[in-house]
Amino acid sequence: METLINEIKAQTTTNTSVQGLGNALENEAIYIFREVVAQFEKPVLLFSGGKDSITLVRLAQKAFWPAKIPFPLMHIDTGHNFPETIAFRDKLVKELGVELIVRNVQDSIDQGKVVEETGKYASRNMLQTTTLLDAIEEFKFDACIGGARRDEEKARAKERIFSVRDDFGQWDEKNQRPELFDMLNGTIEIGQNVRVFPISNWTELDVWSYIQKEDIEIPSIYFAHQRNIFLRDGLIWSAEDDVVFRAEDEVVEERWVRFRTVGDMSCTAAVLSKADSIDKVVEEIRDSKISERGARIDDKRSEAAMEKRKQQGYF
Amino acid sequence: MNVLKIATAGSVDDGKSTLIGRLLYDTKSLTEDKLEAIKKSSEQRGYDYLDFSLATDGLVAEREQGITIDVAHIYFSTPTKSYIIADTPGHVEYTRNMVTGASTSQVAIILIDARKGVIEQTYRHFFINNLLRVKNIIVAVNKMDLVDYSEEVFNNIKKDFEALNAKSTYGEQIVSYIPVSALKGDNIVDKTAAMSWYNGDTILGHLEELEAQDVYDAGKVRFPVQTVIRPKTDEFHDFRGYAGKISGGSLKVGDAVTVLPSLTQSKIKEIFFFDTSYDEAPAGSSVNITLEGDINVTRGDMLVKTGELPKIEKQVTATICWMDSKNLVPGTKYIVQHNTNRVLSKIESINSVIATDYTGEQENHNKLSLNEIGEVSIKLSKPIYFDSYADNKSNGAFILIDAQTNTTAGAGFIN
Repeated sequence: METLINEIKAQTTTNTSVQGLGNALENEAIYIFREVVAQFEKPVLLFSGGKDSITLVRLAQKAFWPAKIPFPLMHIDTGHNFPETIAFRDKLVKELGVELIVRNVQDSIDQGKVVEETGKYASRNMLQTTTLLDAIEEFKFDACIGGARRDEEKARAKERIFSVRDDFGQWDEKNQRPELFDMLNGTIEIGQNVRVFPISNWTELDVWSYIQKEDIEIPSIYFAHQRNIFLRDGLIWSAEDDVVFRAEDEVVEERWVRFRTVGDMSCTAAVLSKADSIDKVVEEIRDSKISERGARIDDKRSEAAMEKRKQQGYF
Repeated sequence: MNVLKIATAGSVDDGKSTLIGRLLYDTKSLTEDKLEAIKKSSEQRGYDYLDFSLATDGLVAEREQGITIDVAHIYFSTPTKSYIIADTPGHVEYTRNMVTGASTSQVAIILIDARKGVIEQTYRHFFINNLLRVKNIIVAVNKMDLVDYSEEVFNNIKKDFEALNAKSTYGEQIVSYIPVSALKGDNIVDKTAAMSWYNGDTILGHLEELEAQDVYDAGKVRFPVQTVIRPKTDEFHDFRGYAGKISGGSLKVGDAVTVLPSLTQSKIKEIFFFDTSYDEAPAGSSVNITLEGDINVTRGDMLVKTGELPKIEKQVTATICWMDSKNLVPGTKYIVQHNTNRVLSKIESINSVIATDYTGEQENHNKLSLNEIGEVSIKLSKPIYFDSYADNKSNGAFILIDAQTNTTAGAGFIN
């Protein structure tokens, strides 16, 4: 009996640790979500169908329960998404009963606002920016919540949690508002908007561990599966569809792979993996020698690729 | 997993970024592709060593000038702890970023170049960490390799810093001294044979020993209301919850609470974290609280335990760190954001400008310019409910927002 009491006592101490009921990162993210709803009139959650935005959705649920998530989700669809991602997106939105807004890069191309890239490395990733900025203007969104993390890339490491963008969607990286303590200043002028990053301080491993702990469902392409692929520049490209340009001498073979990030098909490479469950994925990430964005072709364009995209309003 | 937040401070070229790069490298936190990028950039710049600062200086302008302009956040973890490092700029003109970095940190690493010793900048960095009451200070005497790993050099610098520490305004601060070479990796993660005279911990060894305590958890319990949750569904038709993050202590179901500013009395009925109810929630929890009785609570209000009221006043005196290029002058109006509460305020007087090198205060200055720190009296249009910064960090700090430009123009620490 005494051992039992001691055990219960030990458990109670863990539950009332200084980090709060959730973990410190979760509490911070929930706090940020609530600040967004309190400080802005028309927030939106930018939803890509990737693991980071799925994590955001779970945190938003936690922040406002028992009420529904009090803002819509918006997907900027490049038209080159993995079909698994789209199916997953539609299912999730239905379950949550939230509004989903979809805006298509194809429309921006058809309207002549952007020109499709050509050649071996053609990608619609950069074109998303125009579609996103147009959608922000169309709906008059004043806060766009995104799943970017500071550990992803060195320009993102400089980003604030509330990051102000001007009328042109531009990021003025040399003149950012100081962000002190946990006080967030979301005051802006009409026409400006704020990008909000509730999981700024999470690492890739933090996200995966959270998905594991919370048992959050994610698209199947994050887990190991057999896929037709080809190799280029040391990266593994999907050959299942005709989105990615493939030269005749680039040989297709079937391998066990999974995706570590899920973006536009034309800029997301796979990794060789046999990790077919969340536990195995977490283990694999923990031991990984390559960073998450190491498989993002868009970052390899130049050392300052991300900073340049962000200045122009990229998410 | 515990999270320990660290801020770095040091002058230009003291090797802050190199130290962080070394921490990442030696804890195997730099992945191969990032390391490859550093190698490539180092070679392109004609260096015969790996320039780890290239891992953290994320902006083009920073890499061009070889300096850190803005705070970068860097993450690494050991089996016991997760670390977040705010890499803050060393230039005088970027003091505001240093204050920003220090405001969320439990530990500061102050770097000193062994060849230069304690300089004016060191005073400034230590002063800011005093002012912000950062509990643990690690004085890392860097570039020991360039002074032949001399024990005498290290001891002299330690002596100078101890003299500085005697002027500290924060008695409970814990200062530790570690001789290192970030470039060579001496005493960062691994102990070195080069300084057998030093018996203490390495930087990482010391960090591993520290308690990852939340910066906001000292003092009495405060619950600033962020937003009211009213689902208006059939199931939760009459539900009215108050969402916020607890600071200072824990709250229990049944606790008698007072709502500020109305001074309405109530009791805590339920505490929810997501869809689970708890009997008690500790500091740091983002919870949703319901109260007994039908009372009116909105954003900006605060719940406190009855009998533990903070000060409720329309006038405060605070130490302000000014962060805007437009000077702070008496008579001007700013929005005070204190927790979730926003109140219009008027600057009554600037009582003094404080020299950040501990040489004293200058009175009758009548303005604060960018990066200056001073004591300011502020009149508020409505009362705020606060503690002194020394008693409760989160309830004793505020920011000043410029109503014209909307920028965060300054940070205040209530006396």
